[in-house]
Amino acid sequence: MSSPPGVTRATLVKDLRLEWRSKDAINSMLFFALLVVVIFSFSFDPTAEESRRIAGGLVWVAFLFAAVVALNQTWARELRNQVLDAYRVSPAPASSLFLAKVLGNFIFVSVLQALMTPLFVVFYNLRAIGPAYQLLFVAVLGAWALVVNGTFFAAMSVRTRSREIMLPLLLFPITIPALLAMVEATSSILTGEFSAKFWIVLLAVYDVVFTTGCLLFFEIVLHGE
Amino acid sequence: MKRAFPILAILTAGLLTYGLYGALIQAPTEQTMGDVQRIFYYHVPSAWTAFCLFFVNLVASIIYLVRRNPKADALALAAAEVGVVFCTVVLVTGPIWARPVWGIWWTWDLRLTLTLVLWLIYVSYLMLRRFSSSGQTPMMAAVLAVLGALDVPLVYFSIWFFRTQHPQPVIGGGGSIDPRMLHVLLMNWLAFMCLATLVCWSRYRLEILRRQVEETQALESLLAAGSSR
Repeated sequence: MSSPPGVTRATLVKDLRLEWRSKDAINSMLFFALLVVVIFSFSFDPTAEESRRIAGGLVWVAFLFAAVVALNQTWARELRNQVLDAYRVSPAPASSLFLAKVLGNFIFVSVLQALMTPLFVVFYNLRAIGPAYQLLFVAVLGAWALVVNGTFFAAMSVRTRSREIMLPLLLFPITIPALLAMVEATSSILTGEFSAKFWIVLLAVYDVVFTTGCLLFFEIVLHGE
Repeated sequence: MKRAFPILAILTAGLLTYGLYGALIQAPTEQTMGDVQRIFYYHVPSAWTAFCLFFVNLVASIIYLVRRNPKADALALAAAEVGVVFCTVVLVTGPIWARPVWGIWWTWDLRLTLTLVLWLIYVSYLMLRRFSSSGQTPMMAAVLAVLGALDVPLVYFSIWFFRTQHPQPVIGGGGSIDPRMLHVLLMNWLAFMCLATLVCWSRYRLEILRRQVEETQALESLLAAGSSR
């Protein structure tokens, strides 16, 4: 139980059970993303050719904003009943707690992606001209990039005065290269004009760098001294 | 140390005056661009100064993370604030020059985008410090500074590739620079670095003083609460 994988598993199972019973994060994320899709769709009303070029940007902006909704709840949920303080005094390693939270959020964002992608296809008449299987890599690596940084900065922003506003302010500037890579990779695959390989590699490098950085620094952020 | 401050202030004033004279009168007029090119003597030194200050912020943040020295944190804060000001000067003077020369205010060129992203990261750094008033602020800010530094090479490569796919913007290629222009440029950089050091120094001293005042006030209110009981 007190081994690092045990802590990760216990926290993850607890978070998933809480989410399964309340469905707070997933419902708010889904509805939010749906609203973004609908609003974008009727404010641009694109043709099939145009939508192929802009869809990469729209999809990821929708996922980014929706993910922030869920990420904000990650640690805010632990403030009630002083759960976060309990984590702080427990001998469990901080990195395994962080990993559990990242995995939990990753599952939420993946569910969001799986449910929202068909909607995007319907609303924007999408059909990939490039190799469509690469979209899977982009989706997984992109979701991981959003979630790893998002979970980390959510732990920071929960300590500030205006919690919910602070998360996007910290997350978006740092995520710019990853966001550019996701958007460009998706657009390249949809239009089939360029190879998406460079962007997928860049996204993978980003994931490795920031997963390592966040795991190393999380201990400091959790304990705060 | 304190006696050096007015000396540096006088030196900075002199250098800035000389730099202004150099930029407006001494430097020859550029052949194709004309007088609008003279903004270069402010734009480029500001950029170099801003990057130096961001580097100082990174080093101070690392020192803070390793040693937990509050003075390193005060220095990091001062460097970030002054750096954002110089970076803003860069981002404002750039489009003013680009509009008559390139015909556009802005383009997603490598250096422009990198400067903008750095500016965004450091503004978020200052926001974090502003919105967080607990004792954990210095540590969180230092972590953010280090993560921001990790981000810079990734931003560089992403924009580099992003731009090589698309038509290159018109930049006045390599070419050689008139030695008189280079002299004015370097003189202005020296003046700006002195100014940055001066402002950082006073901001640093102000921050240390502010913390001392806060500590004293907290101590006094504790003592007052103790004696009234």
